[in-house]
Amino acid sequence: MLYVSDLSVSIGTRADFTDIVSSVSFEIGKGEILGLVGESGCGKSMTSLAVMGLLPEGGPWVRTGRAELAGFDVIHLPPYRRVESGHGGIAMIFQEPMSSLNPVMKIGEQIEEAIRVHERLSGDALTRKARELLELVRIPDAALQLGAYPHQLSGGMRQRVMIAIALACRPQVLIADEPTTALDVTVQTQILSLLRELCDSMGLAILFITHDLGVVAQLVDRVAVMYAGRIVETAAVAQMFERPAHPYTEALMSCLPDPARFSRRLTTIPGQAAKPGQVKQGCEFAPRCRQAVEICVADAVPYAQLSHDHRALCRFPLVEPRP
Amino acid sequence: MSGQPILDVQGLSTDYTVRRQGKTIQVHAVKDVSFTLAKGEVLGIVGESGCGKTTVGRSIVRLAKPHRGEVLFAGTNIFAAAPDELRKLRLRIRMVFQDPFASLDPRRSIGDSIAEAGDIHGLFKGGVDRQGEIEKALNNVGLDGSYAARFPHELSGGQRQRIGIARAILPAPGIVIADEPVSALDVSVQAQVLNLLADLQEMMGLSMVFISHDLGVVGQISDRVAVMYMGRIVETAATRDIVDRPIHPYTITLMAARPRPDPKIRIKPGIEIGEPPSQFDRPAGCPYAKRCAIATSLCATDDPSLRMVASGRMVACHNV
Repeated sequence: MLYVSDLSVSIGTRADFTDIVSSVSFEIGKGEILGLVGESGCGKSMTSLAVMGLLPEGGPWVRTGRAELAGFDVIHLPPYRRVESGHGGIAMIFQEPMSSLNPVMKIGEQIEEAIRVHERLSGDALTRKARELLELVRIPDAALQLGAYPHQLSGGMRQRVMIAIALACRPQVLIADEPTTALDVTVQTQILSLLRELCDSMGLAILFITHDLGVVAQLVDRVAVMYAGRIVETAAVAQMFERPAHPYTEALMSCLPDPARFSRRLTTIPGQAAKPGQVKQGCEFAPRCRQAVEICVADAVPYAQLSHDHRALCRFPLVEPRP
Repeated sequence: MSGQPILDVQGLSTDYTVRRQGKTIQVHAVKDVSFTLAKGEVLGIVGESGCGKTTVGRSIVRLAKPHRGEVLFAGTNIFAAAPDELRKLRLRIRMVFQDPFASLDPRRSIGDSIAEAGDIHGLFKGGVDRQGEIEKALNNVGLDGSYAARFPHELSGGQRQRIGIARAILPAPGIVIADEPVSALDVSVQAQVLNLLADLQEMMGLSMVFISHDLGVVGQISDRVAVMYMGRIVETAATRDIVDRPIHPYTITLMAARPRPDPKIRIKPGIEIGEPPSQFDRPAGCPYAKRCAIATSLCATDDPSLRMVASGRMVACHNV
């Protein structure tokens, strides 16, 4: 469905640049949820903005790479050109729905606005379509809620409206950037459940960006872990949790509080997360890695292919390759 | 952990007056909350946005204006304290806030921020002593003395939160109230700060009220947990009991909704468990009744109060 290959996003000039996203590659199939996981500043949001064509003017720029949707590279097309050229198949939702919604416009109008960009509809047909979208995202009393303003809705309902607007363009791919981070857990569960449902029933491919490994375990099908601008490991979700191959993935998982384990001390990773471009040579994680040796610091790291869908950017992965 | 509690909160209620659509409405942010904190104990308060957990923390030190109830700190009623006395009490009960960037003055050096309370209360015997105390506080949170000369913008989120903690512990308080102290931090940094809090708590024998929306984090550090919903405590028990055998239907929902890092527990399509009602139209009876699977007609009319169901274990529910 979506193939991203060798994507590098840089800051600075063409002559003197720093990669904040380095040579990132991943793919998402129809009806699949790929989790892009990492801590603040690791480049996960930049990756999604680049794929979406939303990098700010004069800011970070796409230095290399492709993002193919149905065989067509959209990486250099801004969103409006994508719609015109018929390649507008990617929609996006964000962490804070209130900052994406217009506070002085009824939500019905905002959904209709999104529908009209993609379809020639008006009058009753347009209203009906907007109502159907609200029903699709399971908003109760959809017909009534079309007339509500964003501030009259709860955070969870607002995020559902954002999803309805995203679906108005009939996307093949939905990018969800920390869509439940600002929500309470019981509300979060319901939004995640809705995303799973849309994925299963409509064959939507979802790129789900999050820092929360609990959400990853429960929702996504495959995981890509980012550190300092690079994807350091990709694997099926069960594999990732049972047999992490990259020392960073393993360390990150051991940091999680687990009430069932009941030790008063958590495992920690020494030092601070490297910023993209901070480590000039060798593996970015080497300075914090418990098993790093001289060669890790000195030489560029190759990807180790551990099975057909499991690879890690590490010279000494924690699991043995399997044919 | 026996004897007289260091903190005894009885019947605490805090209302906010809100003007809405031309009408003045009383919102009961906290309604009749009672709990005790033993010396050296960590009590976790957990609940979702708007449940009143932050207001409880702020009411204890009168940062929010409590309307009813009393809070006894080592026998002294904080709510009846004169302004002078209150200032002294606030040196004994210190707060750590969620966003250490918002709670540090950007134009003040780290050292000055840490020493502020000591300066106000004249705790230092001259400049050398002050410098020494700042350095000690910094060392206690795992930073070296050179940080005293730096400014907040030079620090990462985790370091800033360490400064927030250093500032809280400098006057050697009896109680620390930590309101979502790790919620703004990445998991790897969160683990470091949680370990630091556990170290300090043991080293200094601190009593702590740890407020968070995250049951995982609360369970990690607390001896005992109080679960809040719509301004009330609905269940309190030892952490182990809350985690292993939650009793109140809301606690059960909350535990189930917590995303656990276990790929065998998958989210299913079609989960609809409702959202908390608005504080503006609080239902009569039990506020959880509308979402509750075991609600009866009694729940719609009578708000259950907290009652003892087992030793050290209290639940506010008619049906358990």
